Amino acid sequence: MIGRALQDVDVTLAPRKARVRSMRRDRRRALYWSYFFLVVFAVFFLTPPAYMLVTSLKSSAEISAATAPWTVARPTAANYVELLTSSVYLTFFRNSALVSVLVVAVTMVISTLAAFSLSRMRFFGSSALATGVFLTYLIPETLLFIPLFKIFALLKDVTGIEFLNHWWVLVIVYPTLTIPFCTWIMIGYFASIPKELDEAALIDGATWLQTLFLVFVPVALPGIVAATIFAFTVAWAQFLYPLAFTTSTDQLVLPVGIVTTLIKGDVFNWGQIMAGALLGAMPPLVIYAFLMDYYIAGLTAGATKG
Amino acid sequence: MLRRRSTLGFFMALPLIVVLGALVVYPAGYSLYLSTLNKSMQRFVGVSNFTFLFTRDTFWMVVRQSVIFAVTAVFFKAVIGFCVAHFVHNTPTRGQRKWRGMLLVPWVIPPAMSTLAWLWLFDPSYSAFNWLLQRFGIEAIPWLGDPYWARFAVILVNVWFGAPFFMIMYLAALKSVPEQLYEAAAIDGANWWQKLWYVTLPMMRGIIAVTVLFSLIVTFANFDIVRVLTAGGPIDQTHVFATWAFKVGIEGNDIPLGACVSLFMLPILGAAAVVILRDVGRRGAEA
Repeated sequence: MIGRALQDVDVTLAPRKARVRSMRRDRRRALYWSYFFLVVFAVFFLTPPAYMLVTSLKSSAEISAATAPWTVARPTAANYVELLTSSVYLTFFRNSALVSVLVVAVTMVISTLAAFSLSRMRFFGSSALATGVFLTYLIPETLLFIPLFKIFALLKDVTGIEFLNHWWVLVIVYPTLTIPFCTWIMIGYFASIPKELDEAALIDGATWLQTLFLVFVPVALPGIVAATIFAFTVAWAQFLYPLAFTTSTDQLVLPVGIVTTLIKGDVFNWGQIMAGALLGAMPPLVIYAFLMDYYIAGLTAGATKG
Repeated sequence: MLRRRSTLGFFMALPLIVVLGALVVYPAGYSLYLSTLNKSMQRFVGVSNFTFLFTRDTFWMVVRQSVIFAVTAVFFKAVIGFCVAHFVHNTPTRGQRKWRGMLLVPWVIPPAMSTLAWLWLFDPSYSAFNWLLQRFGIEAIPWLGDPYWARFAVILVNVWFGAPFFMIMYLAALKSVPEQLYEAAAIDGANWWQKLWYVTLPMMRGIIAVTVLFSLIVTFANFDIVRVLTAGGPIDQTHVFATWAFKVGIEGNDIPLGACVSLFMLPILGAAAVVILRDVGRRGAEA
């Protein structure tokens, strides 16, 4: 009897064991395929930056020989040295840094104040304004550069101040790209702070501004860091506005500077162009390398919370 | 007076209202006005700029190219992003950070600069891709010289730049799907395809819709990649609205006509805004 029962158990157990084993095998196979495709896509995604690095280490002679484009025979830092000692390139870098830092400062002040006000203090039209902020985020700069160009030209006639062709005009226009999104994600972060916290601060006699700077800013710091990173990368990468609004070499920012001055007619100096582009991509890449989690939090906050 | 909560709130939001009003809302409206002027901007000409555009072949070419460019690029970005997100999700949690970090790099590099690398990869005489192809005995491809290959190239670069963003979004969405749902599906005998179709996709529907819509707007209005890679060439065959508006309005010095061209981006924006606003209403109610 017992033997019979055992046999039964055996009969029922055997296929289950086999199934568990095959499931495990399936899972391992899925893992290997995942790795395989990840490697394929990593190659696709990283080829251009890698190729930038390879080319930037070559001399013009080696590039024009074109015997092996994917590898470096005799690496040289000459392209980098030349760029970093050229006053033109350093001017681009300085302009980019100035513009980006100022834009970040302006953006963070305006959007922190606005986000606090929109998430905690109701006033006439405040919820419509929150929606409006989001809508302005959807208006691309490609729709605005022509009217803005004309507006700056008109402003010169009225005020006598030349707006076009000065790097600081970018500090005026870039916030339109950064403020809507930064305000939007910060409304999200502020809204997730429990109301009891600011009520406690207010009962203890804090003013609204004290509540903002002593309670909200510290508590929502991850969100503020994410918004700051977003504002910086947008300001650093912007290409259309500087291309439309600045033309003199000493007023250009990096992306436009590299594209318009390093590419000289038909004599392409690719080693230097790649070195310049790679150096120009460094600030966002370094920030990304060190603050990846904040960077990604900022990216996903817009959609997952919206 | 500043003691009053609503008054103070208004003043705190005032800088935002001023900046967005003066530099977004006003120029957008001004663009409408500009589009009704003649080239020297001294005379009101009504809709004749628009009717002029309708008679030009280049305009219809730009319309077609913008739509093809945006739809194809967003489709492939979404599909690649979705697949890569799954591959990353399949790997052990420990290593995921590394993969994620590596795969997001194209999104971090300013597009104007990474497109330069592509421009060099596609170079007519020094193309590194063609060098590889020739190793395998395949003829060199005129990447940017032939209209069809050039269209392919701008889409490829756009997909390369944008797919990592989708990957990050979908990965975040995948992580938020409760594991119990898959367990329940497995107990009911669902295979991987059924799990994907009946569990993953419905759970991610919101995120997929939002990212696709966003990306459609951004891609439709793309400027950097096309401008750096082909500048609209060969013979205007790769122009999209933004690059053509720049060429006509700034380089061609016909601001009204340029404004006119860029205004054609409005319909898709409006449509997207309506769809997104329905979601955003909820957010406003929470706040």
